[in-house]
Amino acid sequence: MEIKLRLNSVKDTEILAKIISEKVFKGMIIGLKGDLGSGKTTFTKFFSKNIGVRDNLNSPTFTILKIYDGNHPLYHMDVYRLEDIGYDYELDEFIYGDGISVIEWYPYINKMLPNELLSIDFRVIDEQKRDVVIKGEGIYEEVVKTISHRYSN
Amino acid sequence: MYVLGVETSCDETSVSIVKDGKFVLSNVVLSQIEIHKEYGGVVPEIASREHVKGITYVFDKAISEAGINFEDIGLIAVTKGPGLIGSLLIGVNAAKVISLNYNIPIVGVHHIAGHIYANYIDNGMEFPLLALVVSGGHTELILMEEHYDFKKLGETQDDAVGEAYDKVARILGLPYPGGPIVDKKAALGKDTMKFPRPMVDSGDFNFSFSGLKSHVINVHHNMLQRHEDVNIEDFCASFQEAVTDVLVSKTIQAKNMFDVKQVIVAGGVAANSGLRRKMKERITDIPVYFPKMAYCTDNAAMIASAGYFQYLKHQKADDLFLNGQSRLNLEG
Repeated sequence: MEIKLRLNSVKDTEILAKIISEKVFKGMIIGLKGDLGSGKTTFTKFFSKNIGVRDNLNSPTFTILKIYDGNHPLYHMDVYRLEDIGYDYELDEFIYGDGISVIEWYPYINKMLPNELLSIDFRVIDEQKRDVVIKGEGIYEEVVKTISHRYSN
Repeated sequence: MYVLGVETSCDETSVSIVKDGKFVLSNVVLSQIEIHKEYGGVVPEIASREHVKGITYVFDKAISEAGINFEDIGLIAVTKGPGLIGSLLIGVNAAKVISLNYNIPIVGVHHIAGHIYANYIDNGMEFPLLALVVSGGHTELILMEEHYDFKKLGETQDDAVGEAYDKVARILGLPYPGGPIVDKKAALGKDTMKFPRPMVDSGDFNFSFSGLKSHVINVHHNMLQRHEDVNIEDFCASFQEAVTDVLVSKTIQAKNMFDVKQVIVAGGVAANSGLRRKMKERITDIPVYFPKMAYCTDNAAMIASAGYFQYLKHQKADDLFLNGQSRLNLEG
C-alpha cells in the first residue's frame, strides 16, 4: 500500500511521526529517503521522543549508527556513505535485532534489508513544505492504513 | 609515569607513549583517509579491517620510537567511545592484551576528553577553563573547574559543525572532507549572502546547524533554478562566517558567564583557519589555545594525556570487562 501526503510545515512532520510511533513493534524498520535537508533527521527526532527516548537525538551521519534507549531500543542510521558498497555487516545485528531501526538513505543498502519495511520518501516543495510518499507491504500495510485513515478524517 | 595511549575510534590507528600526561615520546598515527576518500566518508567495516591490519605495526613502532619496553609502562589508556563500534573494539582488545600480558593497569578514556587534553600537551591548563569541542561528530561547550571534571554546558541539537561543512561541500560539488576545502575557498571570498546565525541569541549554550544547512541548500537550489552563477568562494565565505559567528559568540557568552581563565578549542574543526582567526580577534582578555595541527586530528597522545589525569583523579583502573561503546556521555 502506498499513500502520498503533503506536509505543510515541521508541525505536520511532528504529527506524522506521532502517528507512526503509535504503531511501533519489535524489529520494526523504517527507511527514509530524500535530499539533504528534506527532513529525515527532523522526522526521526520527533519519532524518538514519541517512543520514549529522553536523550537528544542528533545526526548519525558521522558514526553511521547511533543507539538510543526508549520504550524500545532505537537504532538510528545514516547509510549515505555506503552508496558504492551497498552493505555493512556491522549493521546486521541491529537491523535484524529487537529494536526499531530508522535508516536514512536506506536504498543504498537495499540488498541487506528485508523485503518488508515502512518507507518514507521526502520531497522538498519549498522551504517549509514537503511531499511524502509512504509505502508498506505485509506487516507494514497496517501502519500505512492507519496513517491513511487518520488523514482522511 | 609512562602512559601507553591507544586510539582507534574512527579512521586513524594510533599508539603513543606520553610521560606524565605532557611529554610525548612517540605518537604514531596510521591514517586511512585515502582509503575512505572515494566513499565520501569513513566506511565502518573497511575501517575495522584496516585497524586490524595496522595495529600490531603501530604498537611496535610507538614502543621502539619511544625507546622504552612494555615493562616500563605504568598505565594503558585506550579510547572506549564514542566512535565506530567495530573500530573501537580493535583498540580496546589490543590494549587489553598488553594489559593482561604485562600486568599493567588499563583505563578506558572518552574520546572527547582526549581532544580536550590535546591542549594540555603544548599549553597546559588553568582552571576554570572553557572548551569548545568541534568536529565531524561533535559540537559542544564544556566547562572544566579542575582536572578531569567536565560539565557540558550545551551541544548541537542536530548536525555537528564538521558534518555541516561536509554537507555544504557536497551541495557545491566540492570533495570530501568538506572542512578544509570550504575553509580554503572561504579565504578567497566575501560574506555576500548573509546567511542566518542560528540560535545565536537563544540564551543557552546549545547549537543547531541543520536549519542553516537546509537554508543554504535552498538558496543554492533557487540560484540554480534562476540560472544565476554561484560564486563558490563567496558562498563558502558566507557559510563559514555564519558558522564561526555562532561558535565564537556562544563561546564568549559562556566565557563571560563562568569567568574562565582560558578558552581551548578542540577537535578536527579546530584546524579551521576562519575559526582560529575569529576566536583570537574577538577574545583578547584571556588566552585562547588551539592544539597544534598534529593533535587536532585523532591521535593517541591526547588519549594518553587524558588517561593519565583520569587515573590520577579516580585512582582506579578498569577491569578486563572494559568494552567499546558507540555512544558515550562525557560527564558520566
